[in-house]
Amino acid sequence: MKPQISHQNKETLGFNGKMFRRALIDSLAKLSPRSMVRNPVMFVVEAGSVLTTALWIQALSGSGEAPPWFIGTVSLWLWFTVLFANFSEALAEGRGKAQADALKKARQEIKAKRLHEPSFGSSYEVVASAMLRKGDVFLVEAGDVIAIDGEVVEGVASVDESAITGESAPVIRESGGDRSAVTGGTRVLSDWLVVRASAEPGGGFLDRMIHLIEGAKRQKTPNEIALNILLAAFTIIFLVVCVTLLPFSLYSVSTAGHGTPVTVTVLVALLVCLIPTTIGGLLSAIGIAGMDRMIRHNVIATSGRAIEAAGDVDVLLLDKTGTITLGNRMATEFTPAPGIAKERLADAAQLASLADETPEGRSIVVLAKEKYGLRGREVHEIAAHFIPFSAQTRMSGVDIQPDSSNGKRIIRKGAADAMKAYIEQQGGKFPSAIQQTVQDISRVGATPLVVVENKEVLGVIHLKDIVKGGIKERFVHLRKMGIKTVMITGDNPLTATAIAAEAGVDDFLAEAKPEDKLKLIREYQKGGRLVAMTGDGTNDAPALAQADVAVAMNTGTQSAREAANMIDLDSNPTKLMEIVEIGKQLLMTRGTLTTFSIANDVAKYFAIIPAAFATTYPVLNALNIMKLATPESAILSAVIFNALIIVALIPLALKGVKYRAVSAVELLRRHLLIYGVGGVIAPFIGIKIIDMILVALRLI
Amino acid sequence: MTANGIFQIVFYFAVLILLVKPLGTFMAHVFQREKTLLDPVLGPVEHFIYRLARINPNEEYNWKENALAMLLFNFAGLLVVYVLQRFQQFLPLNPQRMSAVSSDSAFNTAVSFASNTNWQGYGGETTMSYFTQMVGLTVQNFVSAATGLALLALIIRGFARHSMKTLGNFWVDLTRSALYILLPLSFLLALTLVSQGVVQTFSPSFSVPLLQSTIDINGAKVTEQQIAVGPAASQIAIKQLGTNGGGFFNVNSSHPFENPTPLSDFLEVLSILLIAAALCYTYGYMVKDTRQGWAILAVMMIIFFGLLSISLWSEQHGNPAFTSLGIDQTSSSLQPGGNMEGKEVRFGIPNSVLWETATTAASNGSVNSMHDSYTPLGGLVALVMMHLGEVIFGGVGSGLYGMLVFVVVAVFVAGLLVGRTPEYLGHKIETYEMKMASLLILIMPITVLVFTAIAVMTDAGRSTIFNPGVHGFSEVLYLFTSQSNNNGSAFAGIGANTPFYNVTGGIAMIIGRYWLAVPTLALAGSLAQKKFVPPGEGTLPTHTPLFIFWLIAVVVIVGALNFLPALALGPIVEHLMMH
Repeated sequence: MKPQISHQNKETLGFNGKMFRRALIDSLAKLSPRSMVRNPVMFVVEAGSVLTTALWIQALSGSGEAPPWFIGTVSLWLWFTVLFANFSEALAEGRGKAQADALKKARQEIKAKRLHEPSFGSSYEVVASAMLRKGDVFLVEAGDVIAIDGEVVEGVASVDESAITGESAPVIRESGGDRSAVTGGTRVLSDWLVVRASAEPGGGFLDRMIHLIEGAKRQKTPNEIALNILLAAFTIIFLVVCVTLLPFSLYSVSTAGHGTPVTVTVLVALLVCLIPTTIGGLLSAIGIAGMDRMIRHNVIATSGRAIEAAGDVDVLLLDKTGTITLGNRMATEFTPAPGIAKERLADAAQLASLADETPEGRSIVVLAKEKYGLRGREVHEIAAHFIPFSAQTRMSGVDIQPDSSNGKRIIRKGAADAMKAYIEQQGGKFPSAIQQTVQDISRVGATPLVVVENKEVLGVIHLKDIVKGGIKERFVHLRKMGIKTVMITGDNPLTATAIAAEAGVDDFLAEAKPEDKLKLIREYQKGGRLVAMTGDGTNDAPALAQADVAVAMNTGTQSAREAANMIDLDSNPTKLMEIVEIGKQLLMTRGTLTTFSIANDVAKYFAIIPAAFATTYPVLNALNIMKLATPESAILSAVIFNALIIVALIPLALKGVKYRAVSAVELLRRHLLIYGVGGVIAPFIGIKIIDMILVALRLI
Repeated sequence: MTANGIFQIVFYFAVLILLVKPLGTFMAHVFQREKTLLDPVLGPVEHFIYRLARINPNEEYNWKENALAMLLFNFAGLLVVYVLQRFQQFLPLNPQRMSAVSSDSAFNTAVSFASNTNWQGYGGETTMSYFTQMVGLTVQNFVSAATGLALLALIIRGFARHSMKTLGNFWVDLTRSALYILLPLSFLLALTLVSQGVVQTFSPSFSVPLLQSTIDINGAKVTEQQIAVGPAASQIAIKQLGTNGGGFFNVNSSHPFENPTPLSDFLEVLSILLIAAALCYTYGYMVKDTRQGWAILAVMMIIFFGLLSISLWSEQHGNPAFTSLGIDQTSSSLQPGGNMEGKEVRFGIPNSVLWETATTAASNGSVNSMHDSYTPLGGLVALVMMHLGEVIFGGVGSGLYGMLVFVVVAVFVAGLLVGRTPEYLGHKIETYEMKMASLLILIMPITVLVFTAIAVMTDAGRSTIFNPGVHGFSEVLYLFTSQSNNNGSAFAGIGANTPFYNVTGGIAMIIGRYWLAVPTLALAGSLAQKKFVPPGEGTLPTHTPLFIFWLIAVVVIVGALNFLPALALGPIVEHLMMH
């Protein structure tokens, strides 16, 4: 079974009938005052609904303040307003629930083989995964499901992680290094692993993910709280405005000597229309949907706060390899030393790379074959001893036994400084021409590999970094968003400069060690910047913990994943840019709907004020610029518009306002025009249309 | 409107704008304790005051300590004014032998002058002794205005500073504001006014024989008239400059001894907006980006000009009830035309309306015409100006810090609109700031509406409304709007010197001044502590025309939306009934 998680259509909202039904039921359950009170705006609407229902019952008994049909209709639409808001929240949650259900299947009760000694071959007892504690060591063999998150202490195995990533190709997990983390709920396909549990039962990655998706642990983010306070303030003001209208109206009636005071029903209707119900009703759905969009991009955020912070990121630290350039460098040219034939260099380079299974090594073999017709000889054809690359010698190569035509050949290839030391140690000479070539190659952003046979320098292999297609355009976009990109690379400054220029990053950090990354992040933060970075290795963990937005690759180590506040299940470092856009979308959706909501009030005043005081001051009908049919139809139209606009905007709330990489001023102009000016105009049209429909249907 | 009228308005704006930069720069120097031209004269006085009051001018306080200092100082001032009024019959300089002021009126007046409202429920020349006017009221005219300036200085520092706990020293800002800004300007203005004929004397009022005798309400013959005089010029200067507004005489600046000539009128109406306008530049200067100050000034100017135009149009248009009686209301070389009821013929419509708009914009409250007699739309303009929260220029200091709260709200929503946690001048606007800002935009409408509702529902409130009906409602609304916003101008038409209005009004003024000042200080204190966020490409600039437009929209919508229903039942319906 492949869970839905990564295979939903990212363009559509992806709902089905079942989810709608579930949301409908949930929106009724959410009417409970205890859950409503969390949302002050909608709580006021619910209180108004209850009040008007009571007035309706009173009117039915014959002593109402207005005809029962009118009070009843207003009351009904107020209930709809509450239900629509609940429905939006339930719908946003519903999708998460469906995904969580899929994940839960991966988290059935699992048996674990708890080892008595932390080594393979030790005796074990079979326990339920719930019995495991952090630090326990257990064995997982082919076909077993890993009981809980942990760190591989022994063994190598292929693991099917599709339950989490949706990716069916198995991944290798082994002790030590950057691929030692395993996740509970994934399945070992071959071989075995000895794992030390790094989480308590119920606290594993899968559990956290389920919690997050279900929204069970959803807490309001700081920005959401700030907005809620502002909305609550508006609600209180409008409450006072409407409550004091009753004495004002009573006074007006008593001094004008005619007319009837404004009814409580009309005041409640006015109140509900004025308070920001559109944003109040959709606010929670916007937040949930933001988290959900992350999940559909296969990113798990450990808090909503992290998503908001993503929208504010000023600096992106990007690893060169894999993010800016394709992971592998390609050999593009052989430059022989003076007096050496190109063919000889190509031949030696190929021989030295035959056993080199890295993409760079393979590309050397391919280049020699394509450019000089040297066929790729098989390793066993020649009596050779291959020297693998080691961090100490910083070179690799081959020793070929003497045969009829040649004496013993000792071929080495490696970085220029390492080879220089090697040749001088042997008493050979490092030609200045080669020195020059090495520098030239570095300057254009490529990597030079020097090839040496015995004591003689044969030449240089030109390994080129391939900058990913389209990456430059993305950096231009980021710059427009106000985000600075910094490339992190272990290359020397010369190479780094060239690649930085080619990719179009704003800055780079060359010859970077993990502690340099940490230092750089701290420096930016001291200057008030928000820093985002991606990482996967254990040595990235301190920097990840320091960064404001830290995205760990799912293939990364446990410590990296724990230090980060987001995990990218696709392990795609360029995802950071999408994360930033989602963060911005979240804030923008809140902002636009708030503006729209408040702007709507203008039209509602024009609809309700003349209607409310029609009997006392008929001249106020001059304000009825929409020419609404009757006072009742005016009030009903406003209330109905107010309820329907919530439904109409649910798709926008769930999808989010589209982000455009333009300047802040341009973005503000655009959004003020659409949601501000549009928010003033739209209700005039909407209320008029509803009024015309009410008249046409003879409901008024 | 006549060309002459238009020229006077344009000339007024031109002079005002020209003075903004020099005065604004000077005030910034004063607040930042930098060298000024007045140092040689006032420096020794300043240091003498510090020594006397045992103030260490180099010590800085956080917002709470400053708020406490401000409250204590103002409470002490309030108490002094109260006691002076209650015991004025025992005190010197009382040639008219005025008796003690009633306790509720004394409370209202004490609050009124301490809070820079200067609402006057009493008639100055018939209630207060010279001693009370000078030692009580004029002193408060200075210190209440200086309190506003000092508060603003502290709050601006909050916006300018980063990673700091302190905002400055209230005592130092208070002393320097009074000494370097208010005193010299008042001195200049008072002398100029005296040159124009404004009275300044300690002699009691004198009587003159009437040219034609008349009879009083009891049928007794009246042959002479009492002409009130007194030390008026010194009080008028500061009442205009310090956005106080409490006149020496009951009819305020329509009295020929307060405002005798066209030049005195021009200087007085200029003084209403002068400091408040220049403070915008001071703000820009102190936050090291004068564009921010100009942007705020632009917002104030545009709203001011818009509302001024409505009032001018409405007043010049006249009263249709008169038209139907065949009364000519068109302007000609012989008459100003339009609605001249309650306006001085010597000021005409442009100067009356300009004063009306300026005095309600700036929370000044002095008048040179009677607002109650304006057309409904003209009166509406005065009400709306105050309903915007006295942030269009507003009181000295308090207007700008009120506007800064709106800026914070505007920045917050605009930040969301562009997808970035909002920031202003390198400060992130977060939950705490929004809490304070929300509190600030909430209090004023609630105070106005609730008190108005109480007044129209109780006999105590209704019994002294002289014009029941739509206009009476406007009057009550105006009364509480004026006091809650510390404006002090009156629509009149209400017997406001009753225990009910004195006490409710006094409470409204206390809330309007101090309940707003303290959260604003808290907001500034919180901003000062924040780390600097350097502006980047994604930061929304807050000095562009677009932001100016947005801030106008926020101020107008937040202000107008709250009061639209109340206005509909007052001036709007009155206007519709008239036409």
